[in-house]
Amino acid sequence: MPLKRINSAAAIAVLAAALATPSLAAEPAGAPVADFTLANGLELVVIPDHRAPVVTHMIWYKVGAADETAGKSGLAHFLEHLMFKGTAKNPTGHFSQVVASVGGQENAFTTNDYTAFYQRVPSEKLKTAMEFEADRMTGLQLTDQVVLPERDVILEEQNQRVANNPRARLGEQIDAALFLNHPYGKPVIGWRHEMEQLSRDDAIGFYRRFYAPNDAVVVIAGDVEPETARKLAEETYGKVARHNNILPRQRPQEPPPVAVRSLTLADPRVEQPVMQRAYLVPSFHTAKPGQSEAIEVLAHILGSGSNSRLYRALVVDKPVAVMAGASYDSFAFDMSKFGVFGVPHPGVSLPQLETETDTVIANVIAHGVSAEELERAKFRMIADAVYAQDNQVSMARWYGSAIMTGATVNDVRHWPDRIREVTVEQVQDAARQWLDKQRSVTGYLIKDVSPQAEKKS
Amino acid sequence: MTRFLAAAALAALALLAGASAASAMQIEKIVSPSGIEAWLVREQSAPLVALNFAFHGGSTQDEPEKSGTANLAADLLDEGAGDLDGKTYHERLENHAIELGFQVVRDYFHGSLRTLNEHRDEAFDLLRLALSAPHFDADAIERVRGQVMSSLQRETTSPNSLASNRWWETAFPGHPYGRESKGVLETVPRITADDMRDYVRRAFARNELTISIVGDIDAKTAGALIDRAFAGLPAKNDLKPVANASPSGLGRRIVINLDVPQAVVNFGGQGLARNDPDFIAGYIVNHILAGGTFSSRLYKEVREKRGLAYGVSDSLVWFRRAAVLIGTTATRADRTADALGIVEAETKRMAANGPTADELAAAKSFLKGSYALSLDTSGKIAAQLTQIQIDNLGIDYIERRGGLIDAVSIEDARRVAKRLYSGGMLVTVAGRPIGLTSSGTE
Repeated sequence: MPLKRINSAAAIAVLAAALATPSLAAEPAGAPVADFTLANGLELVVIPDHRAPVVTHMIWYKVGAADETAGKSGLAHFLEHLMFKGTAKNPTGHFSQVVASVGGQENAFTTNDYTAFYQRVPSEKLKTAMEFEADRMTGLQLTDQVVLPERDVILEEQNQRVANNPRARLGEQIDAALFLNHPYGKPVIGWRHEMEQLSRDDAIGFYRRFYAPNDAVVVIAGDVEPETARKLAEETYGKVARHNNILPRQRPQEPPPVAVRSLTLADPRVEQPVMQRAYLVPSFHTAKPGQSEAIEVLAHILGSGSNSRLYRALVVDKPVAVMAGASYDSFAFDMSKFGVFGVPHPGVSLPQLETETDTVIANVIAHGVSAEELERAKFRMIADAVYAQDNQVSMARWYGSAIMTGATVNDVRHWPDRIREVTVEQVQDAARQWLDKQRSVTGYLIKDVSPQAEKKS
Repeated sequence: MTRFLAAAALAALALLAGASAASAMQIEKIVSPSGIEAWLVREQSAPLVALNFAFHGGSTQDEPEKSGTANLAADLLDEGAGDLDGKTYHERLENHAIELGFQVVRDYFHGSLRTLNEHRDEAFDLLRLALSAPHFDADAIERVRGQVMSSLQRETTSPNSLASNRWWETAFPGHPYGRESKGVLETVPRITADDMRDYVRRAFARNELTISIVGDIDAKTAGALIDRAFAGLPAKNDLKPVANASPSGLGRRIVINLDVPQAVVNFGGQGLARNDPDFIAGYIVNHILAGGTFSSRLYKEVREKRGLAYGVSDSLVWFRRAAVLIGTTATRADRTADALGIVEAETKRMAANGPTADELAAAKSFLKGSYALSLDTSGKIAAQLTQIQIDNLGIDYIERRGGLIDAVSIEDARRVAKRLYSGGMLVTVAGRPIGLTSSGTE
């Protein structure tokens, strides 16, 4: 489920007060989130939160797996790993050592649309973290001695996340079938045969092409004032030169989907079959105003939690499933996915479960949702946003992933208002327009019982 | 995709606490009008209340032939209680954005609740109903049982579950610590509504009840809310005693054949009780060998230098009647033996020589400094306070912790390293590791 949050911790009180009123009155939360850009093009977002003397410092690069050249799948993520291998100024491990010595945490993550690195450190170490990140923005040094073992690490990561996990394998196949032309169809971790060939030169070439201040956003949540953050950023990041050849992200786009697609993955380890479907739908970035918010509400009513349509119909009332739900992530630079899944009850076949699932969806398309369902969903979604503000990392990730996928700080700030404006008609329209099977791929995960099954993995 | 994924299968490890943010936090011991004790932290920046509580007696209370009883009961508490059917109960939760969760571990039944201030009366009323008047209706039992069975069925071919379950059942044969809290395919179908009612009656009581509250709330209001949820429970629980135990099977290696591309390895041995005077030294030494950061010896040797695995780490895990050290890694079949060899060699080297003075200093610095990050949300603070209470560490533990870490000398570290890593390891492997077979006897 995409985590949706609003504004900074300082706005919690205001928002909760708004929530408490039965009418869910709109109450724009004027949070002091600062957003500014340095002379070299680096954007900074500062979310002050002074409850504890710590900061979460994240640098987000506007480059992800969807920006890899053909044949180099997994390269964006591989480079993420290699970014920890040191620079001329700070040899391998030095940055991590300094972070650890102050009790800090660090990590990094890669998706289709972005690559991000972060540290959580005591507030007085913010400048140190910025110095290190500014240094490795252009100073990375790689040798085969560190690159080759790390390639083995990402191959083990692929084993752990995907090869050893039949449900993850099904997910890869659905994405590959859903996106006919767009690179979102490739796994972020990569296809193994291509990962095995990734080289030092591939990584350095990708790095030089995309890592630059004017292709990055720094998000800082925590115990710092925006003016202080700006000063520290100018002294560190400000010294890195702008890259003059960063091109806007233009990936091959999807043609209109015209075929109902279905696929079956048989794996000898499957003890619990699963039906999973993905529809091609707009993201916040590609949608018309209000569209993606209606889809978010639709996903909540249809498939979030035990009051949802799918759970009640398929798990409680019939029951044909032991579990069922739906999901939607509005944060993608290009088109996004609306997911539906069900785990069948013993004795129920996947086609039966699919038919029952279609009935639930058809009912929402034909009759819409009730006003009560709509209000409950909105209340719950906005309350999740209030709760999430208790968590600095969630806040930084929310702003970061929004900006990386084409939204602005203001878009994030006004998300609760836009959710409040969604009507029952819009939810029904969203279901009618987007939950069309021609836009979808349905995947079955079943047990492979063929005699050769032993050899396949 | 992240660069590093902490081992997920291990029992949650309570973080050692004690640093700057800690000293700023005021923990108040309060007593409700009916006499129930709780720890309270007033946190006024958010209009929320986070409650965390624990009853003694988790899955250790299950009959062996009905293992999974406490877990199934926990999953059913919100499926209808008092005058509310399951549907109405869930709607009440959602309409007020109340988050309520229950979890059974071996020694404890844990509960957590999060609510906006405005709805706290409703939230604590719903909690009271769940704890004191759960329905255990037949249709809900079958539905939830089906969900548990589905996940158990799935685990029969999961390398992580196979390696872990075998490790625990070999380490603690015939003891409740050797059984998974969720139960197994054979036992879960036998559990009846009466079994669950019996568990609830025996475990949910006012003695041995630990409560922590964090939020924008004063002591008087907090006391009234506590009584609202808990005052009606029986005064005393009625738990079966659990025998002391030590892990057995040390020196054994068990290979479970499973056709997966990557073998999953669990390794471990005797740990340290939480009240053992050597615990803090052991925690520091283990952080140096195999803690979940980018600087541990195992991380450097297994992952960074050789690329053998995406993750490798181990943790001290303690129960009321036993303590273990358990770690995990996962590697491709043709290099599983190499990875395991390095884990064993590094463990022996640590036992023989202990850490260096530099490593000790760096680990102390990390463990003291990282505390503030472990207490940065209301929910995390409430959970941590519950852990400190059930471990009997004292209400001033958070302030004392930094001093306890500083007091560990290099001699202490070497002595405890020898103690911790000399006892031999039990190793379980699920996969097709080339050149590795089961070895050792029971």
